[in-house]
Amino acid sequence: MHQATSATVGEKPLLSLRNINMTFGGVKALKNVSFEVRPGEVHCLAGENGCGKSTLIKVVTGVYRPADGAVIEYDGETYAHMSPVTAQDRGIKVIWQDLALFPEMSVAENIAFHEVVGRRPRLVDYGRMQRIATDALGRLGVSLDVDLPLKEYAIAQRQIVAIARALVGEAKLVFMDEPTASLTQSETDHLLDIVRNLSASGVAVVFVSHRLAEVLEISSRITVLRDGALVGVFPAAGMTQSRITELMTGKTFDQHVRARPKDDQPVVLDVRGLTRPGQFEDISLTVRRGETVGITGLLGAGRTELALALFGMLKPASGRISIEGKEVRFTSNRDAIKAGVAYLSEDRLSLGLIQPQSIADNLVIASLRKILSGGLLSDDRKRGLVSRWIADLGVRIGRQADAISTLSGGNQQRVAIAKWLATDPKILILDCPTVGVDVGARAGIFDIVAKLAESGLAIILISDEVPEVYFNADRVLHMAQGRIVGSYDPRQARLEDIEAAVYA
Amino acid sequence: MRSLIRTHATEFSLLAVIIVISTVLSFATANFFSLGNAFDLLNISAVNIIFAVGLLVVLIAGGIDISFAVAASVVQYCTATALGWIGGGGWVSGLLIAGSLGVLLGCVNAFLIHRFRIISIVATISTFNIYFGLLMFFTRGVSIYDLPDWLTDRVILFEHEMPDGTWIEITLPVLVMVICVIATWMLITRTTVGRQLYAFGDNPEGARRFGINIGAMQFIAFGWLGLMAGIGGLIQAHYAQEVVPNALYGRELDVLAAVVLGGARLGGGKGSVLGCVLGVLLISITQNGLNLMGVSPFAFKMIVGAIILVAITLSNTRIERLLPFVGQKGGGR
Repeated sequence: MHQATSATVGEKPLLSLRNINMTFGGVKALKNVSFEVRPGEVHCLAGENGCGKSTLIKVVTGVYRPADGAVIEYDGETYAHMSPVTAQDRGIKVIWQDLALFPEMSVAENIAFHEVVGRRPRLVDYGRMQRIATDALGRLGVSLDVDLPLKEYAIAQRQIVAIARALVGEAKLVFMDEPTASLTQSETDHLLDIVRNLSASGVAVVFVSHRLAEVLEISSRITVLRDGALVGVFPAAGMTQSRITELMTGKTFDQHVRARPKDDQPVVLDVRGLTRPGQFEDISLTVRRGETVGITGLLGAGRTELALALFGMLKPASGRISIEGKEVRFTSNRDAIKAGVAYLSEDRLSLGLIQPQSIADNLVIASLRKILSGGLLSDDRKRGLVSRWIADLGVRIGRQADAISTLSGGNQQRVAIAKWLATDPKILILDCPTVGVDVGARAGIFDIVAKLAESGLAIILISDEVPEVYFNADRVLHMAQGRIVGSYDPRQARLEDIEAAVYA
Repeated sequence: MRSLIRTHATEFSLLAVIIVISTVLSFATANFFSLGNAFDLLNISAVNIIFAVGLLVVLIAGGIDISFAVAASVVQYCTATALGWIGGGGWVSGLLIAGSLGVLLGCVNAFLIHRFRIISIVATISTFNIYFGLLMFFTRGVSIYDLPDWLTDRVILFEHEMPDGTWIEITLPVLVMVICVIATWMLITRTTVGRQLYAFGDNPEGARRFGINIGAMQFIAFGWLGLMAGIGGLIQAHYAQEVVPNALYGRELDVLAAVVLGGARLGGGKGSVLGCVLGVLLISITQNGLNLMGVSPFAFKMIVGAIILVAITLSNTRIERLLPFVGQKGGGR
């Protein structure tokens, strides 16, 4: 474990918040929270979705004004509330999760955009913006062509551009909201190095991340929030992921290996030598009735491409797929659905569910045929089908007609699973089913997966978090660079060994 | 150079298409490839280019405007009437009145969009109908022919007879067009306000977090288009030597097509003055060439439509990939 901090205990804090209360329409978003950051430390803010992390960041940066009685001490001055301008001028910067960048504009303009806002309208000094941008990138040890439009660069480089933007001017305190959410492992490592360098140069970083492993690796202290209240501040040394999870959720999770032998069961899916050059090579695997096969590996290992091929959305160049002994050739995912394959996509928000539509409409979208009555859609049949699945999967909803966007991440995921179960699949492919789902709700999702397997479904569980497949699958396959490079039985292999192989 | 081609792919490919079409036309017709015809084209296109650069600013800011052409008709009418009241006026008073009226009508759109959060296409379809309805109601569809002499007299700033017997002419509309083009180019590329317009169109939420005044952006964008519409309206009256209430009706879609052809994106954040001018010119050249070839004018729209489809499809498939001399650069997507 690296401890990246230049701060010493007892040093005067850079930022100190006390008595922070925030109410939105009668709901208390923050209850008497205090929060402290020392100069140059990497401090993690942990908590489930909706626990008040973002609200707290917005209080510090002046977007929200806390209730009376709040004390904000920052760098020698005391404020009742911040304003965005003061925060900016005094060196408090935020890198938002959505980056707030301008893809069509040049890298230079993105980094030095403050040059064109505020003050009176005037002529743009492009040379000055280029110098500022090159300078800021240089401090991060990165060189990009600052004249190219930002859209020419991949997400990892855009992330760096966002960091460079935050460092322009004098930055003393930088908030990073989920900076690694869409990065691969090596890109994440690079980002963590940048954070360490910032810290070493005296900039305090407040790091928000769902990935607890990197939280433990990077931070010196961890502040945990739950339901808008402070749980406590803990040194990262001696902390474990499961302990943080307990603190965040207030529950203990007893994780045990669920793997059972399924060798006596008939093979449902048989894949032989499936290849699509550049994406996956020579993939062979079998999934039996009631078996859960976990596939793990880094982003870009070809997991999702393989899943899309099994679902008929990508055409393999060679190899064959058989379902219950019969060879199948899919020309589209409609064929795959008909053959009994269901695929829960990685990107639930934009691909899996139609956010403005109702819970009921989302649930029946893949099985409209079943609710026909005399050739027309029947509301009665729809209601019946939806009620059954809502009850089966324990989804907590208000009314069936409510928009899907009103549900929490965990409940949305249950509806997404229900949508596919309603098609009566034989094979269910779950691609990263816990992305954006709270730690507390994840266990519920995996309980459902176990129940489905018990009922005879063949399941492929894809995840980049090794523990998820380790604890919840009967077999774990490791994919790297488009190939299956390892196969493990969780009852015999140790989690640490698999993790070492995957993250190596 | 490579990076110039990459970042200006639309402009380069439009230029290439224009060159190809011009070459074909110069073989197919006797008169196309002459300087005289080239300057004719400029004179004919001047009004559309003025409209186009105005519309470009609105598209960059993430909006769209359907009403500007009929707004220009309203401006023509009101200006002609106002000039009658003040006893004739001249170019200065004419441009001032037309410009101010145009800005006013543009600001009505901005107000509706900003104050009542109506999306721009709906707001401007409404004002399109309101403006046109009012105009037809009050004029009863009657044209104005007795315009002041200064407005209807052709102003030739420069003329020269070429050895081949054709005449090069630069007229006032071209001068006004050039000024409008340069002013728009200055606005969107050289001023902080212009960059804020781009940023606002590209990522409105990101722009808001930077503290950009969103309302001001709408008023500047639609106000600028109003200004261009007002000026363009007066110039069109000058060119046509009459004010006909429905003369510009339908022009909005021609101009919109040309601007989108020039690389501007419906949705904002993208587009350049050069691309926009080339877009208008490409359509004018095609029409002009077809005309010289003796193709029926009824076929024009169909052929122009096809050209727009082809050009947009090409630009969606990343034109730079179709150009063999531009290699893929590492680090990008």
